[in-house]
Amino acid sequence: MSNLTAQQRRQVRGLITMGVITLFAFYAFYFNSDKTEPITFGFIVGNEWVLLKEWVVASKTGASIFIICSIFGLLIGYLEFKAKRTLTFSSLIFGFGFIMSFLCWAASGKFIPFTGLLQGSLMLSIPLIFGSMSGLLCEKSGVINIAIEGQLLAAAFVSGIVASLTQSSIWGLVAAPFAGALISLLLAIFAIKYAVDQVIIGFVINVLVIGFTGFIYSELLVEYEEKWNSGPSFSGIEIPLLSKIPIIGPVLFNQTIIVYLMYIIVIAIQIALFKSKWGLRTRAVGEMPIAADSVGINVNRLRFFNVMLAGFVAGIGGAYFTIGSVGSFTKQMTAGAGFIALAGLIFGKWSPKGAVIAALFFGFADNLQGTLTIIGLAIPSEFMLMVPYVATIIAVSGVVGRVRAPAADGIPYSRGNK
Amino acid sequence: MSLIQKTKKNIVIPFFAFIFAFFIGGLVIVFSDPEVMSNLKSPGKFLTSALSKIGNSYLAVFQGSIFDINLARGESFFKGFYPLSETIVTATPLILTGLAVTLAFRSGLFNIGAQGQFIFGAIGASYVGFQFDLPPVIHPIAAIVAGVFLAGIYGGIVGLLKAKTGAHEVIVTIMLNYIAGFFILWILKTSVFLRPGRIDPLAPEVNPNSRLSQFLGEDLRIHVGIFVALAAALFVWWLLKKSTLGFKFRAVGANANAAKSAGISIAFVTTSTMVLCGGLAGLGGAIHVLGTEYALTNNIGGSLGFDAITVALLGGAAPLGTVIAALLFAALRTGGITLQSNTGTPAEIIQVIQALIVLFIAAPTLIKGILRLKQDSPDKTLTAKGWNG
Repeated sequence: MSNLTAQQRRQVRGLITMGVITLFAFYAFYFNSDKTEPITFGFIVGNEWVLLKEWVVASKTGASIFIICSIFGLLIGYLEFKAKRTLTFSSLIFGFGFIMSFLCWAASGKFIPFTGLLQGSLMLSIPLIFGSMSGLLCEKSGVINIAIEGQLLAAAFVSGIVASLTQSSIWGLVAAPFAGALISLLLAIFAIKYAVDQVIIGFVINVLVIGFTGFIYSELLVEYEEKWNSGPSFSGIEIPLLSKIPIIGPVLFNQTIIVYLMYIIVIAIQIALFKSKWGLRTRAVGEMPIAADSVGINVNRLRFFNVMLAGFVAGIGGAYFTIGSVGSFTKQMTAGAGFIALAGLIFGKWSPKGAVIAALFFGFADNLQGTLTIIGLAIPSEFMLMVPYVATIIAVSGVVGRVRAPAADGIPYSRGNK
Repeated sequence: MSLIQKTKKNIVIPFFAFIFAFFIGGLVIVFSDPEVMSNLKSPGKFLTSALSKIGNSYLAVFQGSIFDINLARGESFFKGFYPLSETIVTATPLILTGLAVTLAFRSGLFNIGAQGQFIFGAIGASYVGFQFDLPPVIHPIAAIVAGVFLAGIYGGIVGLLKAKTGAHEVIVTIMLNYIAGFFILWILKTSVFLRPGRIDPLAPEVNPNSRLSQFLGEDLRIHVGIFVALAAALFVWWLLKKSTLGFKFRAVGANANAAKSAGISIAFVTTSTMVLCGGLAGLGGAIHVLGTEYALTNNIGGSLGFDAITVALLGGAAPLGTVIAALLFAALRTGGITLQSNTGTPAEIIQVIQALIVLFIAAPTLIKGILRLKQDSPDKTLTAKGWNG
């Protein structure tokens, strides 16, 4: 143990934790389980090609299959550790096995619409993914963005109103990024130009947006609903062939234009951040602005640009709340999504891939909670809802792999100031 | 800092922040009112209707928060101050949560978690309040101690995690606020906390013995909690200014590295600060339950945790400032209710004004630029620190 690096020690601790959880799963879901009724997984939601309509499995058999899957994940983890790689793939397999074995135990005698569960999870994840991408663009270049909530809410508000006034969801979608960018402009001016504490300014922006949108909502949108708050919303676009693929087809390729935009944005950010000149500069400015400055990069201009870009991205995500789903705006409709997005960004270790996985996981936990409440499970839904937050605390406190923010995140830059 | 400079910083900036915020708030009120806007064609008519709308709105805020002439004309002049009593009732938990943020600021920590700590304080006090049957005076004290204890632990978690693992307190407190929110939802469904015969999340009322006395009679809701809050403010002032522990807090807040080389344990300071902050916010929660609400609901925290931060920022992270700021914001809040019922202007405008005030306070350069005041050295308490700091 003693000759391992801190990183490796954490990996060992992570593997041991996984092992303990697997033992627990074996005891609780198999060995000590008194569930006899089978569980049914449904896989069909629409008119996709039928590979498997549903799968009926005895509770204990199912649990044992997926516990073996967890053990398999553990083994891969050991190999990854030996090969000195991060435990990403193994954690995913392990997590999948654990959740499925839990489901086999918990939903004994019930029907779980598996594909529907995934579909719902993605829908809940969409604003989180946009939000965490917004946070990522800011924080990679060294500006803390607590105002994601405000960006999402402002964009939801503006896109809802524009869509209602023009009776066109396209115009709503065009307007939304600018609303997000307007909030970004506030953040950028105060954080970069006036060097105000970025957590404070982000926080105040949120209060401002919540108050302002709430005010206009009560003053105009309720009273003159016909004119101001009855916009259309996008309907899904089915991509031929792709949407027919069993399970993933209806989940991924029968969505609104906002979701397709999300795929493009996420892939673009992932590539640009690590392969382009802009990406290299962004990371340099976020890690060590003084070095970036010394080779002629205008630190504050790049930060300003990135914060504005983040506003555009969050804006599209905000539009999802109104024109992407229900059409009309309601007070505080983002309901803390911006903060879960922030949690996802941190949980995903400030990387685009990680943030997306975290957002999907949070969306899944949220949706699973809804499904389990419907089928009537003993675990209180509130504890399921706590999962993203507890997971984030565990992540930042470094029990399983320490997360680290960009080194200069949150520190205003000016020459001569260090 | 010379006296004149200090006055300028503590009076002039907040004063103009208020003026600007109310001005912008007025514009928002006018431009969102279709009736006023329909007069836009004739400038004179527009201006009078706009000014009367703003005037009526802000008059309603005053009436609802300080003194109501209509109530005074009734049975007794004294009754006119009913709104002021309401303002103080609102201010009481705000002072305590505000202090929880202020104290953290002085140790270089940003406590966003007052909301969660407040909730745990309320849960603890409520439980002791309805579950036990103790004599008067002892009962409220026991309930308060329980609330403060629970909230102190909840705050302490943050400090301990920061001290032991370096987890940033902002992230942890945001997460703990949500966890507390779900926790109270859950606990109100359990058989212990659910009021018999009810299905909505509502706890039993606390025992009459445990309630804080309404010392100005039953008509006015003002209760002794305000004195507890003021005493707490005094305690924080004493702690920061006169005690060794407070000196350590300020030393770490001013320069953690220097404090460390002077032999101060950062881990100890971080943890004890957060325990105290949690305790203060929890005291707020306990007093709110025992003095005002009597029964725990899932919405007991309201937006108090967030308001607490705006209060601490407006108060310049000083105990006296926090008290004054809490009273001002409480007046706005209470006035907002009357504003809505008297003029139909939604009370959310108060939230906008509140945020604008803090925005101007947080960026004093902005006001100084507008007023062409001399720029002095930046404020040390609120300077930016990174996630890793």
